[in-house]
Amino acid sequence: MSTLLTIIAAFVVMGGIAWVLRLAGQKATNNAPQFRDMSFGVAFGYVLGVVVLAWLAWAFVQSRSSDIAVANKFFFFGVAIKGFIFFSIAAWLFRLFGRHVGTQWSRKTFRHMPLTASFGVLAILIYAIFAIFAGVIAPYGQDEIIQGVAANITPGGDPAMGGNPAFPLGTDQIGRDILSRLIFGAQNTVGIAFATTLLAFFIGGSLGFLAAVVGGWLDQLLSRAVDVLMAIPSLIFALLLMTIASVWSSRLGIPLTVFMVLIIAVIDSTRVFRLARAVGQNIVVMDYIEAAKLRGEGMWYLVFKEILPNATAPLLAEFGLRFCFVFLMIASLSFLGVGIQPPLADWGTMVRDLAAFIMFAQFAPLAATAPLLAAGAIALLTVAVNFVVDWMLHKTSGLKE
Amino acid sequence: MGNVLSIVIQRLALGLLTLLVVSIVIFVAVNMLPGDFAELILGQGATPESVAKIRTDLGLDQPAVSRYLSWLGGMVTGDLGTSFAQLNFQTNLGGGGGVTVAEQIAPRFANTMFLAGVTAVIAVPIAVTLGILAALYRNTVFDRAANILTLSSISSPEFFMAYVLILFLAVLNPILPSLSNIYDGMALSDRLEKTLLPALTLTLVVTAHMMRMTRAAIINLLASPYIEMARLKGMSPLRVIVKHALPNALAPIINVIALNLAYLITGVVVVEVVFVYPGIGQLFVDSVKIRDIPVVQASTLIFAAAYILLNLTADILSILSNPRLRHPK
Repeated sequence: MSTLLTIIAAFVVMGGIAWVLRLAGQKATNNAPQFRDMSFGVAFGYVLGVVVLAWLAWAFVQSRSSDIAVANKFFFFGVAIKGFIFFSIAAWLFRLFGRHVGTQWSRKTFRHMPLTASFGVLAILIYAIFAIFAGVIAPYGQDEIIQGVAANITPGGDPAMGGNPAFPLGTDQIGRDILSRLIFGAQNTVGIAFATTLLAFFIGGSLGFLAAVVGGWLDQLLSRAVDVLMAIPSLIFALLLMTIASVWSSRLGIPLTVFMVLIIAVIDSTRVFRLARAVGQNIVVMDYIEAAKLRGEGMWYLVFKEILPNATAPLLAEFGLRFCFVFLMIASLSFLGVGIQPPLADWGTMVRDLAAFIMFAQFAPLAATAPLLAAGAIALLTVAVNFVVDWMLHKTSGLKE
Repeated sequence: MGNVLSIVIQRLALGLLTLLVVSIVIFVAVNMLPGDFAELILGQGATPESVAKIRTDLGLDQPAVSRYLSWLGGMVTGDLGTSFAQLNFQTNLGGGGGVTVAEQIAPRFANTMFLAGVTAVIAVPIAVTLGILAALYRNTVFDRAANILTLSSISSPEFFMAYVLILFLAVLNPILPSLSNIYDGMALSDRLEKTLLPALTLTLVVTAHMMRMTRAAIINLLASPYIEMARLKGMSPLRVIVKHALPNALAPIINVIALNLAYLITGVVVVEVVFVYPGIGQLFVDSVKIRDIPVVQASTLIFAAAYILLNLTADILSILSNPRLRHPK
């Protein structure tokens, strides 16, 4: 309650300062236009911005304090600020690099790219590299319990704090290297999500175009079926089907992960179907489709040679968004314990297994970083993909205002 | 008004039909289990006699259609069956009766509704206000920062948000409790305090989406001639947006609020597990893990019903708030 009152009081004080500053500006500059026409909201915005920046600077100084208790308390702010500055500079350098190196087309693309989008592209590239070369980059195997090394080594590699330089991110509860598991997590979590999205697009896209081209009863049948499937919340439906799949998988000896890929692909293909059908219906009425039909082209040709190339742009943006949904759903399922199964390393499971360490953040902030790193890895990738998709949508829609 | 009433009744009937079909889908899905409930309850080493006994007890020897009808009848009258876990427990102790699924679900359902309600009360005003502000100060630093922040919070998984909030508000600055152990007969203020952290997590996830849609709905209207007119009259930008743009943007905003409340229904599952909040989502996940089919089946139907109901509400409200839809030609 007192926290809430403090926040409200702070806002009132900031409002007062903003009002006084605007008035002072008007008096001092003899009603210069920029002060005369300034609305209170803008003045408040300036004050708020300055206060936030000052507070962040203060928090950063606090995180380097010599008093351990204070430093621990602001440790995560320090890391977040450093990370933000580091990523901003990296994104800026990457854009600079892209503007001068590469083909004419790529240089032109980078010239108009906002910083958020170049950060997104850079992050996706890094994830892709880690996912493809996980086996080469990771120092240990994903399910390798390292002999002669204690479990629960804290991250940081400082022996005085319970770390070990050989394991920069520490080891988990049964003595597996967390860094290696994070890297293999990129391969498993991202790889499985990517495969699932591809499958969902294959199913949903081809059925959607088929419904658009054929129309009639097939369209009605598929659309109503999709309506029903979409009436069940997707995570809930996935959990229901996973319950059944878990019985089948122990009966048949097929890994549960295979079932999960199929289940999520089918659930997600309904959303793809909707879009593909809508886009397809807009294309089907075009003259060139009529011409192709009169030429006597078959269904296969119509869908893949005439409709698909003209539907690439919206489908590509949708692919990014769908990937995020699938990726988050797999992460959530794994977090709940019914998704990707051990011994495969994956981020959702890692968060669940290591979450208890967050409670030690007050005394040993480094111990709490392991679960946050795994959860942050998930968040960072979806944020990156969303930034890129946002920029692509903005570019193709021509929304400039 | 008769027109409106008939549209609403039409939509309600459609929603009911959808729910019926969904219940069939759930029933069929559960019947795709290998073997049947009896084998599942008793496990691998069951004798044929005991399997047959349970099968007749549960009515599994009847054809699928009549089993579906009796299940549906039970659902409608509030008899959701008996949970496997409770069944085993009771049988082992030699006791009769057994805890029904309805008894298990009812208090938890109330808890979940409480959580969703608290979230809605916090999230909706914040989202609409911030959305209006973002539209007012569009293309400024504030708008850009809000865009980046909301996009990040939409795309982060719920458990990431939850743990970050726990880290800052419960561990580093012990303001709120990180465990939501709620029980019956708790004082409302205690209950609110324990619910606040999960509610804040859900707020972060939901607000971002609602705010973006509010902003988009208002900005869509700003190119209209009547807004231009209001501006030329010399109205202040805030007045133009609140008095002229907002009433016309209300339909999409209400729609997106209802859709996000529907989204809360699924978001609640993960958040309840993180905070050990005794809601229906946690029960659902626990039942999935121990394959307690009757509970899973009933919870899925309840989630689906809530989801359909909220979508239906969004539909009806957007018809009611739009005169052009209210009087179709």
